[in-house]
Amino acid sequence: MSAHAEAAHDHGHHGPPPANRSSRLDPTTLGMFLFIASEAMLFGAFFTAYFFVRVVNPDAPAEWPPPPYEFPVFVASVNTAILVTSSFTIHWATQSIKRGDRNGLRAGLVVTILLGSAFLLTQAIEYAHVGFNTGDGAFASVFFGLTGLHGAHVFVGLSLLTMAAVRAFKGHFSPDHYHGVEIPGIYWHFVDVMWIIVWAAVYLL
Amino acid sequence: MKNPVRDEASAFQVVLLTLGGTALVVLAAWIATWLGVVVFLVLCAAALWAIRGGMRQRPAQAHVVRGDGEPVRRILVVANETVAGHELRDLLGQKAEGVSEDVLLVCPALNSKLRTWTSDEDGAREAARSRLDASLERLAVLGVQARGEIGDGDPLQALEDALREFPADEIVVSTHPPGRSHWLEQGVVENARMRFDVPVTHVVVDLESA
Repeated sequence: MSAHAEAAHDHGHHGPPPANRSSRLDPTTLGMFLFIASEAMLFGAFFTAYFFVRVVNPDAPAEWPPPPYEFPVFVASVNTAILVTSSFTIHWATQSIKRGDRNGLRAGLVVTILLGSAFLLTQAIEYAHVGFNTGDGAFASVFFGLTGLHGAHVFVGLSLLTMAAVRAFKGHFSPDHYHGVEIPGIYWHFVDVMWIIVWAAVYLL
Repeated sequence: MKNPVRDEASAFQVVLLTLGGTALVVLAAWIATWLGVVVFLVLCAAALWAIRGGMRQRPAQAHVVRGDGEPVRRILVVANETVAGHELRDLLGQKAEGVSEDVLLVCPALNSKLRTWTSDEDGAREAARSRLDASLERLAVLGVQARGEIGDGDPLQALEDALREFPADEIVVSTHPPGRSHWLEQGVVENARMRFDVPVTHVVVDLESA
């Protein structure tokens, strides 16, 4: 038992002992870092399946996607632009609260949420008109698997940003206390990075 | 190691770098598939190099505010298990000659990287506590009255943490002899001299010959 724990018990403290922590990294940021690392591994598993189906598989189609199917590259590229723009707006929001500009924070969060929602809506429309379904072959399964997994992450990110926006409108953040915006912001950037890779691997290459 | 997502601004930079890197890979792959693979591997290697520290810059010196004219000489000692040697005792005696001494001994909670990332550091702190208690007892027997605390597993970080509350006039780093000291291999003494604007004395304690 650590010295801290002993001291705590000496004073009649109940419950778990205080955690030992390093001064090198903030625990909440470390938590988000480890979470993102685990998420990167999850995406890595899906990318492995994708490249297996497309490259390693001896029955892999010569053309990608196999004719007569086509991916809506233009729509996906517009969606990419929307998501990349949302990274700029969440960055604007975070920088605003660091300067004490609450209106900039609120505006940045609202615009980011709108852009993220537009991305999800466009993806849903894309699914409806793409012309194939999960039962049309392995290529379709990995397509829906990868893009759907990413879409789920966008949804989670939007939920986090919505909570941050509600708090922002209640006046919860200040230049000294903005972790509630920064942590969802880091997650949102991660979602953006993963989409850029998904977009390049699935639609462009 | 640099954490690429230590804050939102860093993560935003990662987005921009990913965008640029992906554009390069796609362009190269459109020219030739193998070229795209090569560019991808080169960019991955560059990213790993950058995360591991890249071109390391000399860190800014941490300024320690000390009370001038005080008849007390504050000595911050960082040592793991080398407090037992007479070399350290003699040195502390010299440093405090003619003035009263205030010695703070910091014992880093040394932990393996694997344990740091996969578990907690309670075991390391418990072991450091045992070493610290034993070291303080030995110093008391040798006539040096010292206080002690457990520090971060990184001895430099432990020094920096201690200096925030203990504005030392001098730092003493006690290590095993060259060839047997991990701290010397890691350049702890040189890095301490670069990092803190406090005189740093290195004392070698050879426990095997004692």
